Amino acid sequence: MNQRHRIVTIAAVLLLAASCAAPPSEKQNINLKGSDTMLQLGQRWAEVYMKDHPGVTIQVTGGGSGTGIAALVNGTTQICQSSRPMKDEEKASVKQQRQAEVTEIPVAVDALAVYLNRQNPIDHMTMEQIRRIFQGEITNWKDVGGPSAGIVLYGRENNSGTYVFFKEHVLANGDFAERYQPLGGTAAVINAVIKDVNGIGYGGIGYATDVKAISVAKDAASGPVPPTMENALSNKYPLSRFLYWYTAGSPAGTIKGLVDWVLGPQGQNVVKDVGFYPLKGASESQ
Amino acid sequence: MLNRTSTRVCGRGRTPRPRQSEFRIRIDRFGEFFISAVAFIAIAIIFLIFIYVAREAAPLAWRTVDGISIWSPFQTPYMWQPVGGIPKFNVLPLVVGTFKVTLIAMLLGTPLALAAALYTAEFAPPSLREWIKPAVEVLAGIPSVVVGFFVLIVLASWLQDAFNFEFRLNAVSAGIGLAFAVIPLVYTVSEDALTSVPKLYREASLALGASKAQTAIRVVLPAASPGIFAALVLGFGRAIGETMIVLLASGNASTLSLSPFVPVRTLSATVASELGEVVFGGGHYRVLFLLGVILFIITSIVNWVGARYNRRLRQRLFGAT
Repeated sequence: MNQRHRIVTIAAVLLLAASCAAPPSEKQNINLKGSDTMLQLGQRWAEVYMKDHPGVTIQVTGGGSGTGIAALVNGTTQICQSSRPMKDEEKASVKQQRQAEVTEIPVAVDALAVYLNRQNPIDHMTMEQIRRIFQGEITNWKDVGGPSAGIVLYGRENNSGTYVFFKEHVLANGDFAERYQPLGGTAAVINAVIKDVNGIGYGGIGYATDVKAISVAKDAASGPVPPTMENALSNKYPLSRFLYWYTAGSPAGTIKGLVDWVLGPQGQNVVKDVGFYPLKGASESQ
Repeated sequence: MLNRTSTRVCGRGRTPRPRQSEFRIRIDRFGEFFISAVAFIAIAIIFLIFIYVAREAAPLAWRTVDGISIWSPFQTPYMWQPVGGIPKFNVLPLVVGTFKVTLIAMLLGTPLALAAALYTAEFAPPSLREWIKPAVEVLAGIPSVVVGFFVLIVLASWLQDAFNFEFRLNAVSAGIGLAFAVIPLVYTVSEDALTSVPKLYREASLALGASKAQTAIRVVLPAASPGIFAALVLGFGRAIGETMIVLLASGNASTLSLSPFVPVRTLSATVASELGEVVFGGGHYRVLFLLGVILFIITSIVNWVGARYNRRLRQRLFGAT
């Protein structure tokens, strides 16, 4: 009896060991989840990286930064893409659920652009004007120097990091106007502004095709600054921000390889291709 | 029933085999049991869904989760902005939005559906009727996401050009989209109700000298009214819970206004667009389940009131049930 027990135990241990040992020889899976702003960027990174590293499979999903952070808390993704810094409560809940500190990795720079329809004559605004428009204090284009027409507000749903960033940095944590229309993704915002002559929207600079990304002035005294790479990197453009990756615990193994690659010249070149801005000096120093 | 009759037919002429018939009775009983079990399972599933939804919202009732209590959805300001420095969870804009869109859909959809049903049941030549009914029923088979997408991309622009709407997507555009979902349902059920009115009624009316139109409107329509009323209740339930069309076509702004020309956000669309993103078990998550409970209660009340009224209507028309 005892002998048989031992054999069974050994067999079980061997089986377990075999099943554990098997995956590394097969494909490595990495999940990237979160920000819709960073969805294209993540997909391009994954494509290029998988071409050079055939042993690694990267799955990229959007849904919004909030979705990604929720997934990191629940442990359904290894890397969370976020277009806003994580809040302390969120870091705490990752620590509580996953028993690991959050690692924050800035991976790219974005200029949050304010989009107008191409037919709109306005090409610059102050931060104060944008705030008043999105809070519903200004409801007609003529009050900011345009034609007499009602302003139609578009933006992102409240799961979006861009929404939260905009609310914090432009609205100073105030509320959006009642008539603000939240849409499911940045592409939908662009589409709405293209279709609506009186529309205004916001989103990552990487998406700003067929719409006008206006220049923004910090206040009435300073001049308007266009959302270009130099202005975003030098922080002259008032709505520039970092895009982040988050992991539970410090990245190791395959994930560390990916993180290093993304921060290196190849990864940062992809950032430029997609329309975002590479981290300051990253391409020269590494 | 069918089984028993066939037993009798088979048994005739042959020597009766008691074992066989006993077996058949048993099968019959089993069939009866099986059918009623299925019916009860359906009820049980609905009940369990409600229990689950309510259970997810329940912790709000006895403690605050992330600063949110069961009263948060009913506190001022009347604003739904669940993410931000001070989250605001007032449910009133969503309830108003839901009813506004549903009402518009019913106002636009039911007259059309009823007129079409009356036409096919009473006036259309039989050859045409055989075409119209399946065609309208095909309309019911169009996935709501397709209808919503059509409104979002095409119809909303037409409407804006035609009526000069300030907002491209608004309660009217969503209501028209919803009407596409309501019309086939109301049409089919009320058409069935009209055709099941006994022929005797029509013959009696015509024999008394009434015209075809008089017969249809003064005799057949009242006789079918309980069924038509049931169709309206079903249509209302469909419209109020419909998610995909309103999610795409309503603009989703949580406005508190009675104007039909501003964007609206409905209860169902709010749950759909926000539930995927919230932290599991957090306050926002629980409030979204509470919205589900509210929606469930609204539809239950409507169905219950509808059923009661329907019974009264039937009693008044046909005497004791």
